[in-house]
Amino acid sequence: MKSLSRLGAIIKKEVRQLARDRLTFGMVFGLPIIQILLFGYAINTDVRHLRTAIANQAGTHLSQQFESELRASQVVKVIASADTPGELENLLRRGKISLGIVIPADFDRRVADNNRAAIHILVDGSDPTILSVANQLRSMPIRFDSAEVQPHKQDLIEIRPYYNPERRTPVNIVPGLMGVILMMTMMLFTAVAIVRERERGNLELLINTPVSSAELMIGKVTPYIAIGLFQLAIILGVGQLLFDVPIRGSVVDLYIAGSAFIAANLSLGLLISTATHTQFQAMQLTVFILMPSILLSGFMFPFDGMPVVAQYIGEALPTTHFIRLSRGIMLREAPIAELWPDLLFLLVFTLLTMTVAAMRFSKRLD
Amino acid sequence: MPPELAIEARGLSKSFGELRAVSGLDLDVPRGQIYGFLGPNGSGKSTTIRMLCGLLTPSSGTADVLGTSIPGNAKLLKPKIGYMTQKFSLFGDMSVQENLQFMSEIYSYPAKERKSRIDELLSKYDLVPQRKQLAGTMSGGQKQRLALACAVLHHPELLLLDEPTSAVDPQSRRDFWANLFRLAGAGTTILVSTHYMDEAERCHRLAILDRGVKVADGTPQQLQASTGMHILEVVADDPYAAQSAISARPEIASVTQLGVRLRVLIPERHPDPVGIVKSALASQGVSGETRMATPSLEDVFVAVTMKPLDRDR
Repeated sequence: MKSLSRLGAIIKKEVRQLARDRLTFGMVFGLPIIQILLFGYAINTDVRHLRTAIANQAGTHLSQQFESELRASQVVKVIASADTPGELENLLRRGKISLGIVIPADFDRRVADNNRAAIHILVDGSDPTILSVANQLRSMPIRFDSAEVQPHKQDLIEIRPYYNPERRTPVNIVPGLMGVILMMTMMLFTAVAIVRERERGNLELLINTPVSSAELMIGKVTPYIAIGLFQLAIILGVGQLLFDVPIRGSVVDLYIAGSAFIAANLSLGLLISTATHTQFQAMQLTVFILMPSILLSGFMFPFDGMPVVAQYIGEALPTTHFIRLSRGIMLREAPIAELWPDLLFLLVFTLLTMTVAAMRFSKRLD
Repeated sequence: MPPELAIEARGLSKSFGELRAVSGLDLDVPRGQIYGFLGPNGSGKSTTIRMLCGLLTPSSGTADVLGTSIPGNAKLLKPKIGYMTQKFSLFGDMSVQENLQFMSEIYSYPAKERKSRIDELLSKYDLVPQRKQLAGTMSGGQKQRLALACAVLHHPELLLLDEPTSAVDPQSRRDFWANLFRLAGAGTTILVSTHYMDEAERCHRLAILDRGVKVADGTPQQLQASTGMHILEVVADDPYAAQSAISARPEIASVTQLGVRLRVLIPERHPDPVGIVKSALASQGVSGETRMATPSLEDVFVAVTMKPLDRDR
């Protein structure tokens, strides 16, 4: 009986402590709920609304009919039209679209001839999921008015995968993985940085010295920038060596994007560190940001396939923007100047979080 | 502020939500002296020290520390003060030398003199053999010496020590105080909090804090002379019976047992304290010897921290 009452006392104490640790308590409930929502909605291989541009060079009744059929299918979402296949390629490289559909000038004749592909679909093949969706489009019927045309000897629609003609998954995974790994390590390093000092009592000593909070913040972050750039090199090296992942664009561009991304994660980690009291809490918050960064950043699932709410969350995560940058530079040979919105996001994000972290820190002495 | 004062505080108060940790504290700390804060845990010692070094913002009141007004200008103060806590706040995963090196860099100690200053501190604080040892693996006394060396590295004018001896053995405490006197002799003002009576007795001046209020201050001698109590010592064969016999009398403010002796406090307005105690013992048939005693600091502490009801008996 004594043992039981001791056990009861311990349980009561733990519950009490947990209830008083508001953040941990919130995590106990918040984490599973949010994760279930994320998993439930984001894991969706039924990809719809792929961003698409059409270059309709025929302009005939039949081609327009095909176009409206395509729009009605919901598989694609036509966000732009182009005049030439070259323009489509340009949009594709800049990451504006995932599919480019070319309807050639002699579309009607090709359909009638029945032996040549009448439609070309240019696909950003670096993501195998998008590629497989494009393949589904092949089965779309093309009709003259309401009458179904005779079965074709050859597919009317020809798929041209760009950037990953061999259709290998690692080519797409490695640039994304680069973002995920960098985020994980960078954020964890700094998330515990300030909190660890606090737990060990060092912080009280530090804030009694002439060191300013900005100095402390930047001083803590700087060594990790070097570590991050080193990690970037490792991932690139292994990607090239083991998976034959190409770096088609400029390595300098990639490092510019990488530096901005590392800075964004480090400052986010610092912000976490100023918002928590123990290393354990800091870890929890890090994981809390980690999960959506893996699921909603376009790393695991194509961004286009996600519901709008998930896309909004994804847009707010630095990882999403870095993965766009790294895939653009490495796979599509896009110069960083063409991808400037994503780079700008990372820079603004860094500036904001760093400022908030420094402000929070100086206020937290009381 | 008169130039001979290092700290002058007026009406310093700090509340944490409902809790008033410090209220209406006035403080005058002369330069070059060791000034003690004596008080139990939770009496507001740490909170006061933290307010004085700018770590906490006072809820009300102001202080002038080394010519800098608090709150608001703590930044100007940082280079002039040294701070040390009970936890020592060392970097446990860095060696003794690295800890000192770090502090010398943080305080922008002139680069050319860093090495000689660190060597000087290592020998002064008897840490030469531990130079390469990680701070986390050292004994309590060694950690304390290193923490003090770190706190004084930049020649601060004012040292704020928050219960610096709570975690070390008596010999380390003695050595520590010898170091403090040496520093004070060289002109450093030292504010030290403690809950040890013998340490309080060593201070030039001290303030006794109780539940956030300063209940007495002055030199140890002044405090001992102004308890407002008769102090009696009773040696009894049966101290326990003697204690209950004496406690029963309404005039008695406090009875404390020290081995076979009893320490009895009776407010000064009662003219014949020995007679009161003797008759109390006689009425219960307890034999014992009663005599007047000179007040110790502990008596002072008991007298000033007791409930008003007991004091007015």
